[in-house]
Amino acid sequence: MNQQEALYQYTLRLGDNALILGHRLSEWTSKAPLLEEDLALGNLALDLLGQANSLLEYAGKTEGKGRSQDDLAYKRAEREFLNNLLVELPNGDFGFTIVRQFLYSTFALFLYEELSKSKDEQIAAIAAKSLKEIKYHVRHSSDWMLRLGDGTEESHNRVQKSLNDIWMYTGELFEMNEVDAILIKAGIAADLNAIKQKWSSKIEEVLSQATLKRPQDAFMQTGSRKGIHTEYLGFILAEMQYLPRAYPTAKW
Amino acid sequence: MITENDILSWLKEIPDPEIPVISVVELGVVRKIELNNSKVTVTVTPTYSGCPAMKQMEDDIRAKIHENGISDVEIKMTYSPAWTTDWITDEAKEKLRVYGIAPPEHSTIDKKVLMGLQERVVKCPQCGSAVTEMISQFGSTACKSLYKCKDCLEPFDYFKCL
Repeated sequence: MNQQEALYQYTLRLGDNALILGHRLSEWTSKAPLLEEDLALGNLALDLLGQANSLLEYAGKTEGKGRSQDDLAYKRAEREFLNNLLVELPNGDFGFTIVRQFLYSTFALFLYEELSKSKDEQIAAIAAKSLKEIKYHVRHSSDWMLRLGDGTEESHNRVQKSLNDIWMYTGELFEMNEVDAILIKAGIAADLNAIKQKWSSKIEEVLSQATLKRPQDAFMQTGSRKGIHTEYLGFILAEMQYLPRAYPTAKW
Repeated sequence: MITENDILSWLKEIPDPEIPVISVVELGVVRKIELNNSKVTVTVTPTYSGCPAMKQMEDDIRAKIHENGISDVEIKMTYSPAWTTDWITDEAKEKLRVYGIAPPEHSTIDKKVLMGLQERVVKCPQCGSAVTEMISQFGSTACKSLYKCKDCLEPFDYFKCL
């Protein structure tokens, strides 16, 4: 693998995470428990889709085969998507969505902080831009972790259960392979071991304030770095890709 | 002879599609204007990554320059340096306030608030009261939070810092 191929895959990873999580969050539109949360989740989705747009556009340029961001979003199959399993999990109840968002946004915060110093100018620019938005996402989901965790017995139990159920999808966020090795050497990518330490201590801090227990690290799900996904991704793509696949010349 | 300043003055007439009291120039979205022979290149930057008004602004900029007789227009997108509300001029901030949107503070203050190091005071754009509360971090568009004035009881938008 050369550096260009590694950069293409790395940018896809980042872009696919933003795209799939953005799509998931958009499913809350008109269904959130409060009007304010309907707006909030819609806004988070919009930020993530914007980030996905910039990242996939850059992935397409890096690949050099003339594929646009839309080609990459709408014309790839499951096995070609490199997003983490965490972001494709179904929304569940509001608490589940918040836990997923909290774990992911905190990861993205520390990752993009590092990437904003990347030697690749475009990655650094997109990371610096996205970081400003992600800070709001972390604030939003952390606030809700506190309210739900330290709330009623019902909200506490439900959010603790979501945390226990999701935990096995967090190990994968920090997996590194040849792509990371090549790009870390070139000063482009971030060392995920270092990100994991920051992530862990931030997560523990918020969980303890929220009177929640951090689950034990046990069996961890894996697969996305090789394009192996949960059954849920196929359903997301079926919905997301239906229109451009059925009507390839459609414009909107 | 058309100059880059002339083009800037045309762009100053283009309203922000979502907040029509300020122009795309006052918003800080237009970063650079270059005139080469008869070709104009305008460099723009998005406010938020997913701002849905961006495409509209690009179309408006292109149309405005065409209207003034220049047909060769290129719009370039840049992400660096990342847009900040600090680029909104004081004059434009006053226009926002009169329009009913509490203008953004300086971003260094907002960062401290975001990290929990400082309390933010957002004044009600209707009655000027400082006794207000945030209802939601996220409002009607990506760039706004929702507030309520505890004195006049009116809800209002706060243009949040970025």
